[in-house]
Amino acid sequence: MSILPQALSARLANWFTAPMLVSFLVFGTMPFWIDAVGLYQYLGVEVMIWVIFALAVNLLLGYTGLPSFGHGAFLGIGAYAYGLTQFNVAANLWISLLGAVVVTAALGGLVAALISHRRGIYFALMTIACAQIFYFVASKWTDMTGGEDGLLNILRLPVDLGLTEFSIKSNFNLYYLCFAAYVIIVVLMWRLVHSPFGQIIRAIKQNDSRVAFLGYNVWLYKWLIFTLSCAISGLAGALFAMAQEGAYINIMSLQWSGIVILMVLIGGGFINFWGPVLGVIFYFLARDILGAYTDTWLLWFGLIFVIMVMFKPEGLAGIWHDAQSMFGRRKAKPQPDPSAKPSHAGGD
Amino acid sequence: MALFEAHHLHKRFADQVVLEDITLSFEVNQISGIMGPNGAGKTTCFNVLTGRYRPDRGKVLFDGQDITGLPPRKIARHGIARSFQMMNLFDEYTALENIVLALPEVRAKGFSVLHDLAHDGSAQDRGAAVLARIGLAGREHTLSSALSYGQRRALEIGIALAAEPRMLFLDEPTSGLGTDATATLAALIQEIRKSVTIVIIEHDMKFLFDLADRIAVIHWGQVIAQGSPEALGENEWVRASNLGALA
Repeated sequence: MSILPQALSARLANWFTAPMLVSFLVFGTMPFWIDAVGLYQYLGVEVMIWVIFALAVNLLLGYTGLPSFGHGAFLGIGAYAYGLTQFNVAANLWISLLGAVVVTAALGGLVAALISHRRGIYFALMTIACAQIFYFVASKWTDMTGGEDGLLNILRLPVDLGLTEFSIKSNFNLYYLCFAAYVIIVVLMWRLVHSPFGQIIRAIKQNDSRVAFLGYNVWLYKWLIFTLSCAISGLAGALFAMAQEGAYINIMSLQWSGIVILMVLIGGGFINFWGPVLGVIFYFLARDILGAYTDTWLLWFGLIFVIMVMFKPEGLAGIWHDAQSMFGRRKAKPQPDPSAKPSHAGGD
Repeated sequence: MALFEAHHLHKRFADQVVLEDITLSFEVNQISGIMGPNGAGKTTCFNVLTGRYRPDRGKVLFDGQDITGLPPRKIARHGIARSFQMMNLFDEYTALENIVLALPEVRAKGFSVLHDLAHDGSAQDRGAAVLARIGLAGREHTLSSALSYGQRRALEIGIALAAEPRMLFLDEPTSGLGTDATATLAALIQEIRKSVTIVIIEHDMKFLFDLADRIAVIHWGQVIAQGSPEALGENEWVRASNLGALA
């Protein structure tokens, strides 16, 4: 084998992995089989949006150890900013998306500047406090946000690709816009968490004081990751506004901030990059399958969460790792060094 | 020539005076010791010298530059590293990853998102060399949480060494170590003193008196005596406090 293909494959391996390609294959074909399994197209749109949002939350919670319990506010800000840009600046998809991302990043950056010197429970409480401020501003500033009624009639603007454009009025087409966003976010986020920057934020999660004594600016890293997480949440919010054709205050409530945390934890975001993806799929399947039998499905979902925390706090990803280990032990007789770092550590 | 000087440091927490008029200086490539009974203010003194706490009064100079009250990251960037009395490792990382993160060249790439540390041969080799220096060759890919206590102590010092410091503060490095591990650590410190100025807080008086060129005794937040180990053995105050008798 020549050197060039080896170098190329090493370079590609920095950007793409087998689980990533599997996820692209599964999600990329989902609109073609989702009806056949008894589900519906709009569910795919919801899953894509919440996966992007949950991945953004996991950058903070799973990778940096920063519990943001008010992140729903930034999903909502993204949705409002998308609608307001569309109404007041330009009825163009890209400009509106940019508006959503920039406004959410700016407000996220402002919040991060206020709270990045905190950690643990104080950090969590300050995210809740800031989220409540945004919630009440959105509810009272009726001229801008529509108050309790929300911002109505947000359009699914056509996707203008220069040479061609296509409509996203159908859920099928909107899904593929969300999927494209998912692909870009996953590839970039994967690279980020496997770069020196990613290694440092994971070190901050483990021992921020030691990181500071190594000469790193812990505050700046926390500020950057919070702002980035908010920017991605803003993108998810913009897609949410397209999907709902409106922006509503409900999504900024603490309830939704809590639900995305449940999704991340049930999926296993603490130990695996793909944990939030699993958690979101699990949540929506539980909602639609349990919900078909009982109105109290969230009660049962909550019970599942409690059981998971008690018996398998690593979540679905932890169960997957256990299954992999069991399978690996059966295949290979020699026992691995139990102290050696498992191949999945760091989350692949 | 003094590389590091502290002049008239005061530190209090609420109504508790912890450091009072502490003046110390540490000479280039010497090993300096700080000793004293529990609660004397030794670790607080270290924390003030290395930026964890800002002194209420006084001045800290490193190589002639005023570093008083600078945060730990800025002090670290001046070339000052420290180890901790309580183990302060990255337990989800391997021994090698712990070391690599402390390398100045990696710190310089801290905001890079295109770089891949796992495939950075230079950083990996330098990290492995530090591990070999502290006696952890062959344990590169072992999680730090899975190392023995003595190995974790060594790694604690290795992280500080990886930063290529000019000045190294070691807070009770022999704490919890057995006789063999303490002897290994003493040999390591003797080896690194050629390139680094070292300050050690230590309860093991034999260890300290064998290694140190100068020792300061802190009691009630004050320096009650300082000098060579031999001179300290003759110091009346030290004899009266019973600390010298331990050596």
